[in-house]
Amino acid sequence: MRPIDWLTQVLEVVAALAVAPLFQGWVNQCRAWLQNRRAPPLWQTYRAIRKLFHKDAVIATNASPLFRVAPYVVFATMLTAAAVIPSMGTRLPFSPAADAIALVGLFATARMFLALAAMDVGTPFGTLGARREMMVGFLAEPALLMVIFVAALISSTTALPAISERLATGPLVLSPSLAFTGVAFTMVLLAENGRLPIDNPATHLELTMIHEAMLLEYSARHLALMEFASALKLMNYACIGFALFVPWGTATSAAGPFALAAAIPALAVKLVVAGAALALIETASAKLRVFRAPEFLATAFLFAVLGMLVHLLLGA
Amino acid sequence: MTLKTWLAASAPLAEDPAIRYLRVGAEEWRRLAEDVAASGGRLLALWGQDATAGHPAVFAAYHTAAGLWVGELRRDGPESADDPYPGVQDLYPFAGRMQRAIRDLQGLRSTDPDLRPWLRHPPGEAYEFVRVEGDGVHEIPVGPVHAGIIEPGHFRFSVVGEKVLRLEERLGYVHKGIEQRFVEFDALDGCRLAARVSGDSAVAFSWAYCIALESQWRARIPRRALWLRALALELERVANHLGDLGALGNDAGFAFGLAQFSRLKELVLRATETAFGQRYPMDWVVPGGVARDLPAAAAAALDRCLADVVAESAVLRGIYDEHAGVRDRFTGTGTIAPELAARLGLAGLAGRASGQAHDLRADLRYAPYEELRPAVCGAVAGDVAARVAVRFDELLESCRLARRILAGLPAGDSRVAIVPPASDEFGIGAVEGWRGPVLVALATAAGGRIRRCHPHDPSWQNWPAIEHAVIDNIVPDFPLINKSFNLSYSGHDS
Repeated sequence: MRPIDWLTQVLEVVAALAVAPLFQGWVNQCRAWLQNRRAPPLWQTYRAIRKLFHKDAVIATNASPLFRVAPYVVFATMLTAAAVIPSMGTRLPFSPAADAIALVGLFATARMFLALAAMDVGTPFGTLGARREMMVGFLAEPALLMVIFVAALISSTTALPAISERLATGPLVLSPSLAFTGVAFTMVLLAENGRLPIDNPATHLELTMIHEAMLLEYSARHLALMEFASALKLMNYACIGFALFVPWGTATSAAGPFALAAAIPALAVKLVVAGAALALIETASAKLRVFRAPEFLATAFLFAVLGMLVHLLLGA
Repeated sequence: MTLKTWLAASAPLAEDPAIRYLRVGAEEWRRLAEDVAASGGRLLALWGQDATAGHPAVFAAYHTAAGLWVGELRRDGPESADDPYPGVQDLYPFAGRMQRAIRDLQGLRSTDPDLRPWLRHPPGEAYEFVRVEGDGVHEIPVGPVHAGIIEPGHFRFSVVGEKVLRLEERLGYVHKGIEQRFVEFDALDGCRLAARVSGDSAVAFSWAYCIALESQWRARIPRRALWLRALALELERVANHLGDLGALGNDAGFAFGLAQFSRLKELVLRATETAFGQRYPMDWVVPGGVARDLPAAAAAALDRCLADVVAESAVLRGIYDEHAGVRDRFTGTGTIAPELAARLGLAGLAGRASGQAHDLRADLRYAPYEELRPAVCGAVAGDVAARVAVRFDELLESCRLARRILAGLPAGDSRVAIVPPASDEFGIGAVEGWRGPVLVALATAAGGRIRRCHPHDPSWQNWPAIEHAVIDNIVPDFPLINKSFNLSYSGHDS
């Protein structure tokens, strides 16, 4: 390990922490513009998080320790995931800790804690949200795994940095298998991050919520951590997407400090484009009925399987 | 008895031949209800009064083919206070809640076996919801405090998974005692309170109040004032429909619709402010006419604004109709079939979306609508999509009517002075507000004090229908279904 690798590692985690709320703010800004509304400032998420950290936490009397611990676990999990995903460079000292499949497991851990904490207090909305979240999760995870398998088959490894590097340094061809899995991944990203058309992050209708319903009992620093974690999750998913489908611009293992310096604006450009695209998808779609979510995610799974078949049968 | 016999037995109320008054005994009370129901008539309101208003009595207002009928059943005879009067909840299902409210407010009991309080929430007393038993059935209590900034109401869902087996409503959280407050007012000022019963129907309530007052005081209102009132009522309808159409899009997760329709609504509200001095004209319809004449510049601005609304809402309607996701959410959601709607007595906009083609503007042809001839919009599907379609149709029709009024506004006074007669009087006024038929029953004393006033919001008729509309739908569709009715809590609880 070279010092530059450690620098990349630290830089990645710091960047994830700093940029995740900004990225969410950017998506919200784009959404507002597309709806002909005046947009909130880019740093609105920071402001909300800061405000929450200054408040006194109110916790239900019958809450178990799990309820208090969950925000820390969820936040820590998302931060760990950020350390594993090659957003700027592919030589990460931390990356052998978890391959792509373990990464899916990390997300599942966060989901578990979130759902358990939501049910902990025993309010109907928490249970309602947890139930729906688990439904979305158990349908989204296979699709996500399938996406990763396709990329792993192409590059003969399940380590995300290695996959990313293999794809980035390979010949620049339009791969049909990756195109199919790209669609599948986008659908999974929408579902997993509580975006339209599966969940509406802006809703105030408690009966329709998924992610928000699980957070209804949280306040102050706990809520701040949960909000931060969901911003991190969106950022992580975006970076996984970049690593798999647009790996160009990240510093590869052979590269020096200049490549790392170039990777920063590259990531910024990718995030700006991805955020605008996400806002466009969300603005153009209405929320699906809850029972359409399985159809949506089954379609995602199907696309991933198609990607795999194309790769296996046609070798493309 | 047929309607004709009843008609012969009735007397015109306040010398108005279109409004018939019948004083009935307990048996006739029941028979009148049966005969009106059998002839296809509908109950508009049911209210009571106690001895403070003269004598204890219950009243029913019916809308029949022969116009508006008011039945009065006096309860100051030899019967004891605990003797129940015959209930009509089997003929008109929504009457059950009104009878419970009469028991809460005036202490007069009906024969309805449901003795739970409705508007009164006795402290420390648990409300008995109907429990649904079965494998996997559980309850979701929602409200009265909600996650969004909306009025308070409690909804008790019995569900299996996401499917709703039963919904039971519990209302009355915003009971403010408006009827009691009325009797402290002079009849000429009571109009301002009537306008505030439900803020989104300010014009409808204040106009209905004025009709009730002006008819019993035998006042003749200038034609120009009537046309101006109709203008305000149609603008109120346009503004509310625009707001609802946006909110319905938003509840389906289509925030673009909310932004666009909110913008259009704001244009209409601003034009309303230039024309009438208030965004929601609460003090504009006054006894004797309107508070001030329409400024000349405002008429042109209003016309331009409405032309814009017509053009833009046509584009937005195309977007709503062609957006697959929005259509999927709207179609088949919260259906009330026409037969069920007829049985439930579904009123107003929601009724018209379920094949109940009642519109007081067209049915009663009260001035100035006998000249304006509004078209009755309607649909038969009875789902959220139908209620959206009826809103779009009515929006266009109201814009047409408003522009017709602006173009042909008669000259003359916009207000006359009216004076109270030297006797106790009683009258009712009914207006088709944007939500449905708004009725105000008013009794004044010689000298102009209010003896009793009952403002009736059409939400009374339609709240029970929502309990039917959500059955077999999924829990997350409830907000959308609820919004497609958009009923008033304040007007209901008053």
